[in-house]
Amino acid sequence: MSEHHHKETFVTKYLFSQDHKMISKQFLITGMFMGIIAVLMSMLFRLQLAWPETSFSLVEAFLGSHQTDGIMDPDIYLALVTIHGTIMIFFVLTAGLSGTFSNLLIPLQIGARDMASGFLNMISYWLFFMSSVVMIISLFVEAGPAASGWTIYPPLSALPQAIPGSGTGMTLWLVSMAIFVVSSLIGALNYIVTVLNLRTKGMKMTRLPLTIWAFFVTAIIGVVSFPVLLSAALLLIFDRSFGTSFYLSDIFISGEVLHYQGGSPVLFEHLFWFLGHPEVYIVLLPALGITSEIISTNARKPIFGYRAMIGSILAIAFLSTVVWGHHMFITGMNPFLGSVFTFTTLLIAIPSAVKTFNYITTLWKGNLQLNPAMLFSIGLVSTFVTGGLTGLVLGDSALDINIHDTYFVVAHFHLVMGVSAIFGMYAGIYHWFPKMYGRLMNKTLGYWHFWITIICAYGVFWPMHFIGLAGLPRRYYTNTNFPMFDDLADINVVITIFALVGGAAQLIFLANFFISMYRGEKATQNPWRSNTLEWTTPVAHVHGNWPGRLPEVHRWAYDYSKRLDANDDDSDFLHGEDFVLQTTPMLEGEIPS
Amino acid sequence: MLALFYIFIGVAIGVSFWQITRIMDFRGSIANDKDNDAQGKYAIGFMAFLYAMMIYCLIFMNVIMLPESASIEGEHDDNLFNITFWLIGIVQFGMQFLIFYFTFKYRGNKNNKAKFYADSHKLEFIWTVTPSIVLVGLVSYGLWQWNNVMDLSDLEDPIVIEVYSQQFNWKARYAGADNTLGFGNVNFIKGKNTMGVDMSDVNAADDKQVTELYLPKGRKIHFKFRSQDVLHSAYMPHFRAQMNCVPGMVTQFGFTPKFTTNEMRNQSEVIEKSIGINKIRRAKGEDPYIFNYLLLCNKICGASHYNMQFKITVVEQDEYDEWIAEQPTLAEYIK
Repeated sequence: MSEHHHKETFVTKYLFSQDHKMISKQFLITGMFMGIIAVLMSMLFRLQLAWPETSFSLVEAFLGSHQTDGIMDPDIYLALVTIHGTIMIFFVLTAGLSGTFSNLLIPLQIGARDMASGFLNMISYWLFFMSSVVMIISLFVEAGPAASGWTIYPPLSALPQAIPGSGTGMTLWLVSMAIFVVSSLIGALNYIVTVLNLRTKGMKMTRLPLTIWAFFVTAIIGVVSFPVLLSAALLLIFDRSFGTSFYLSDIFISGEVLHYQGGSPVLFEHLFWFLGHPEVYIVLLPALGITSEIISTNARKPIFGYRAMIGSILAIAFLSTVVWGHHMFITGMNPFLGSVFTFTTLLIAIPSAVKTFNYITTLWKGNLQLNPAMLFSIGLVSTFVTGGLTGLVLGDSALDINIHDTYFVVAHFHLVMGVSAIFGMYAGIYHWFPKMYGRLMNKTLGYWHFWITIICAYGVFWPMHFIGLAGLPRRYYTNTNFPMFDDLADINVVITIFALVGGAAQLIFLANFFISMYRGEKATQNPWRSNTLEWTTPVAHVHGNWPGRLPEVHRWAYDYSKRLDANDDDSDFLHGEDFVLQTTPMLEGEIPS
Repeated sequence: MLALFYIFIGVAIGVSFWQITRIMDFRGSIANDKDNDAQGKYAIGFMAFLYAMMIYCLIFMNVIMLPESASIEGEHDDNLFNITFWLIGIVQFGMQFLIFYFTFKYRGNKNNKAKFYADSHKLEFIWTVTPSIVLVGLVSYGLWQWNNVMDLSDLEDPIVIEVYSQQFNWKARYAGADNTLGFGNVNFIKGKNTMGVDMSDVNAADDKQVTELYLPKGRKIHFKFRSQDVLHSAYMPHFRAQMNCVPGMVTQFGFTPKFTTNEMRNQSEVIEKSIGINKIRRAKGEDPYIFNYLLLCNKICGASHYNMQFKITVVEQDEYDEWIAEQPTLAEYIK
């Protein structure tokens, strides 16, 4: 493959490329673009929540006919939170995160020339691109985009009479998501096949870096659960357009009884959350995989409990498919089912705890190189703990009764999957930027970016728990109609200020990213002195990744600071360095780790 | 004026861009010992910020939180919540300390060597088993309480009330003298029969439709929920109660009010919260706030989702009897 280069035109190199490295960059840039839209939306609705009666020219400029005198309309508020959630979860943290790093790292870290099918990989990206375009178009339809929450529960999402966003906006949302599901299925199948079949000589499954394990298991979860979302969406399209009654029954709206009989919204909730919950792990596991790799590299220590980490990933993956009902404790589902889901949900805390303890033990007695990527990984561990612990409250059905759908939930999931996953993504970008663009990102800006972001993330989401405990429901356009919530107004202002500053801090990242692309310090082959295979490839991209033969693997990925005598901390480093490439053969008499 | 503002912003962005490129020319990209040292110390600084904020919120935000449960069933909820919250609070403080202290303590230096420490079955065992044991405790108490709340199979002399939701208001129907609700379905909605009650059902005639909920203290209330259009959720935070209202099916929930509205108004937590609220309201020139139990919509249901409230008043039994006797039956109301 690498021997005879095809002549590349601009189109085959930058647009319809089948090279996994280029496709990963395409995913990243598209994901970042979508991310900017979603962040801007959150700024707008945070303004509304903090100063509900104040007029903003920003609102006037962005929302056009959906505002009056610079104050947004209630249904566009709901549309903003809906699209913010949809874009963040699917377009940024699923496609942007998995798409970028699975594509970049799977072939590079397992020692493959490319993905199993470069063509399908290209199709996967372009389907994602199409679905992004459709989603963006849906923002401009006259009645406004989908506005029934990212969970699109029918009947609200099925009936344009119920909310204007459920007209054309919802149709486009469903079309976009259907394309998206196809894209991610194609991608996931490709990842699975590649990991199983294209590992280079010596790369046993038990020698794979944890990143690859995470991407691999994520792809399996995706293949298991995404089709269910597709079918849920198809049935909803039938209900909306062809008069079927899968989810609808006994509805009286706008002065007339509709013909729907016998369906149930609870069915939709089951189907939706059968994807919706695993989706959390589809978002989170790649971030945890990236963190494992970065923490180990920068601590100059092997990841603690490699096998336990793999075990936890597998346990989380399995459990993630049997806990969806914890989103539905109070939907009218049989209370016995609620008991079962409480039990399985709290079980998931065990592998999560194991992972966290393992990260902390990896930090212990390390020689921490505090690069921006490392800081974001440590930040991930911190927010993962904070957000994960409140899961013990929400996963307990008896407690969930009273805080379900309040701001407590918003705080919980933003910390545990939103902020954590985005930190994982940032960590990955800072760490593998040299592999993508052949240059390094600037560390000073990276530090500013990290500290402002983590302070603001906590400043936004920690106080939010307490608003939830005060009983404030989420998705309220304003809470001024309830005097009992008047004392939450100040807290909302503080949260919004943190959110605005945090949002603005992302400009530092964008500037760093795009300037470094052209002016960053030129990267050496192995800038972080890492063990894994991607750092044995030349800095400048070549088709087929390795110019000559594929590398051969002789050891696991985590022989950092390994001593000649493994039990004697004072003995010299193996090969005189605190890292040993996976391609380095075992010394005579060396005990494999 | 606005144009000037935009020009100013444009210039500011330009200048910062130029400054950023300058910074980037002079600084490196890979952390050296000096960076490790500085960032390690910032980690401690950040930990101080985090602790200060966590403690501040835990102490000073107590006053805004919901007062103690106003239902008997909710007492265990509060109890379980307190246990869980203390537990996760301690773990949170401990873990954040370890994370940021280690970041500081083991910040890199070229004279240091990391310890090669890849595995320990003993440690792994400890932190698999410890959370498991703790969770067994939490789950057991949680499930016991869950069954306690959700089991409505054999209630002694409950008051049966139907809560009915539509975009964007609530209605309610008391079961009347026979304590059985007449059958309801959207097909029966007509004229004054806005809840769609089947008036040919023998149980329907004595039902009583109301626009405000009155509940007697100390009696078990058996709620049945219906919705005529989209999903709603009947959220009664003071009673630790919530259930979705689902079109096409009847859902249910039950609790026993513990304090009357008046008793609640005189409760210290409520007084303290009301003082705080009224200080804000006075500054804005609004009427003072008086505590009332509320039922709020807590499932996104459309544009006015944020304004779907329903007043609940808890009174003593005799007062309740008086009130309910005054309400017209459905047969009288619809005719």
